[in-house]
Amino acid sequence: MLSRTASELYWMSRYLERAENTARMLDVTYSMSLMPQIDADNSELIAPLTITGTHDPFLKEYGQINMANLLDFFVLDERNPSSIFSCIKGARDNAHAVRGRISGEVWESLNATWLEMKALRKRGGASQDAVAFFDWVKERSHQVRGATFGTILRSDTLNFIRLGTFIERADNTARILDVKYQVMKEDEDPVREFYRWNALLRSVGAYEAYQELYKQAPTRDLVAELLILRSEVPRSLRASVEEVEALLGNIEGDAGREPRLLTAVQHAKLRFGTIGDLFADGLHAYLDQFLTDINAIAASIHKSYLEAS
Amino acid sequence: MIRIQPPGEALYDEMLLADGQCRPHYAPFWHWLKETDDKYIQHKREEADLLFHRVGITFNVYGEEDGAERLIPFDNVPRIIPAAEWRMLDKGIRQRVKALNAFLHDIYHDQRILKEKVIPAEQVLANDQYQPCMQGITLHRRTYAHITGVDLIRNQDGHYYVLEDNLRTPSGVSYMLENRKMMMRLYPELFSRQRISPVERYPSLLLQTLKESTPVENPCVVVLTPGRFNSAYFEHSFLAQQMGVELVENADLFVKDGHVFMRTTAGPQQVDVIYRRIDDAYLDPLAFRPDSMLGVPGLLSVYRAGGVVLANAVGTGVADDKSIYPYVPEMIRFYLAEEPILNNVPTWQCRRPAELSHVLANLAELVVKEVHGAGGYGMLIGPCASRAEIAAFAERIKARPDNYIAQPTLSLSTCPTFVASGVAPRHIDLRPFVLTGRETRLIPGGLTRVALTEGSLVVNSSQGGGTKDTWVLEDYPC
Repeated sequence: MLSRTASELYWMSRYLERAENTARMLDVTYSMSLMPQIDADNSELIAPLTITGTHDPFLKEYGQINMANLLDFFVLDERNPSSIFSCIKGARDNAHAVRGRISGEVWESLNATWLEMKALRKRGGASQDAVAFFDWVKERSHQVRGATFGTILRSDTLNFIRLGTFIERADNTARILDVKYQVMKEDEDPVREFYRWNALLRSVGAYEAYQELYKQAPTRDLVAELLILRSEVPRSLRASVEEVEALLGNIEGDAGREPRLLTAVQHAKLRFGTIGDLFADGLHAYLDQFLTDINAIAASIHKSYLEAS
Repeated sequence: MIRIQPPGEALYDEMLLADGQCRPHYAPFWHWLKETDDKYIQHKREEADLLFHRVGITFNVYGEEDGAERLIPFDNVPRIIPAAEWRMLDKGIRQRVKALNAFLHDIYHDQRILKEKVIPAEQVLANDQYQPCMQGITLHRRTYAHITGVDLIRNQDGHYYVLEDNLRTPSGVSYMLENRKMMMRLYPELFSRQRISPVERYPSLLLQTLKESTPVENPCVVVLTPGRFNSAYFEHSFLAQQMGVELVENADLFVKDGHVFMRTTAGPQQVDVIYRRIDDAYLDPLAFRPDSMLGVPGLLSVYRAGGVVLANAVGTGVADDKSIYPYVPEMIRFYLAEEPILNNVPTWQCRRPAELSHVLANLAELVVKEVHGAGGYGMLIGPCASRAEIAAFAERIKARPDNYIAQPTLSLSTCPTFVASGVAPRHIDLRPFVLTGRETRLIPGGLTRVALTEGSLVVNSSQGGGTKDTWVLEDYPC
């Protein structure tokens, strides 16, 4: 496959995954903001800014941290590269560049998403019914994914699309976890903690999975284990890295020696790691290292396949 | 029933006679139109708009920031061509394209046609579109124009005239295909009433043509696009997808050891045939424009050595230039020893002093075009222009007479078209697509463009033109 085509496919799905995760992150922030007794110091509201590293540009443009401003910034603001608007635009632009390589159904579902997004922005309506909007983003993401599985040729086209999804997901899940654990470390009130765990699990769609696997109220250790080390949970770090490893193995040719090596090492760490390992130097240190590693894998994928000369 | 405005006097209408009667080949459609509820048709037309937007069949307009992607209006009244008429067109167009290919081979080799003074040598050799670098280069099957789009109109006398031969990178074939798909989806009932020639085979014929353009067995074919901001990008990606080949941009290609390669995830892969949708000037910065950021350095030297095929060939522009156009009937006689089947439009060349003064004296009745112009830009339509516009244009002609040709204002035929008030006649043209490989082939059909503004003769999509589905009938009772 053409390197440029692979790159567009990869970024198409990264952007789409990022849009979905931004919606998930805002969803949990929004539900916490409705419980002021939990978020007296705004630490929940600040979390999305920390996760995406957009603290300073946000304050410069909006001044005040409140839910309405956050929604404007993260949903519709095209100056914010991680806003849902920007992500959907990015995904659609990438898809446009390779629309000949994706099925008509995938293209149409992504293009329709973009057209609706534009219409929505014109109406300025996202913040009025935030929850419905988040549901819409997730639904569109699921639809594109469904069309991808149902219609895209099972070749490198699919491999690079999926690769983008899981690199982005590993990164996003790690960031959400990192920030939420920070918030909780600073506030150890057990009632608030309970609600925070619930919201976190729901945000990554793993609430039911937790109940089924552990059958007890969420705790710090178990939630970390679930979202980092359990391969059954589709959005866990281990599940994401496993997928990346398998996908790299499927790609034709032998250009991928380096990313495959890096991914295999990372996979082994997750597969044979224990809860003890996660907290040995503090979870933040662990996740920080993970983010460095996953970004090294992404850089190596770029070098080996996407910018190949 | 929908309100149908009768055709204008002294105009040829494809569907209706002057007395409001329907031509026989339109009868099934006519009856359908009369018996169908106009709300139903309105609903279908809205559905078509929605579908085109969703599918993203758009084109980009230069110089427009917001509407970077615009939809070409699609009209739901088909343009119907009877079988016998198409047989004549098919024969005439193939004859023309064969002569043009023979002409290109000749001028880049022995130049017999110039030596025998059928065409003045300076008009070819001093033409900007003549590429000296092609001199003496022999192409596989002697084919220069693999893909041609011949623009035809029907005059009020009922005869077809060739307006121009597009031998460089003719576009619009994707609309021919998408319009048919849309009509079949919206109005399946119409397709059971008449036998309409299918057009869906075009992409596979195109691939076959491209494969036949090289002696290489199982060649690697690619489509080369300037990129997603090009006005015809939709078509480039559409054709690549339909043929199942890679859509490449300049940066994806590089030259090494006498071959062209593309960068892939599994390393370099050799490319044998490039269906390029880029002008000559932007192909290779080493050969043409050193200031161009576009292009593949070294591509031309590989091409000249036969290491890769470009379709169409470099230097075909000299044959579809408007200053060469008047000689096409002569080419047909010269190379094929046949009489031209299709008419040329009578053309005055402003480069000739006698013809220039005739043109200047009659500007108000003539259409004047730049010899290298395209897209309906830089032209004067005398009968529609103001005195001041005509005076200004006369100055431009006097300043550079060899840059202009003039033709009588032909009244393009009309075809009923949906407008706000119902159905009204609008002017149309026709662009069939010709493929030259082992043989010269046409798909029965083409792109019909329609000028949506009342009375307008400019059908170009960049200036508000729309398109129609074009039906070639296989037979009809009459």
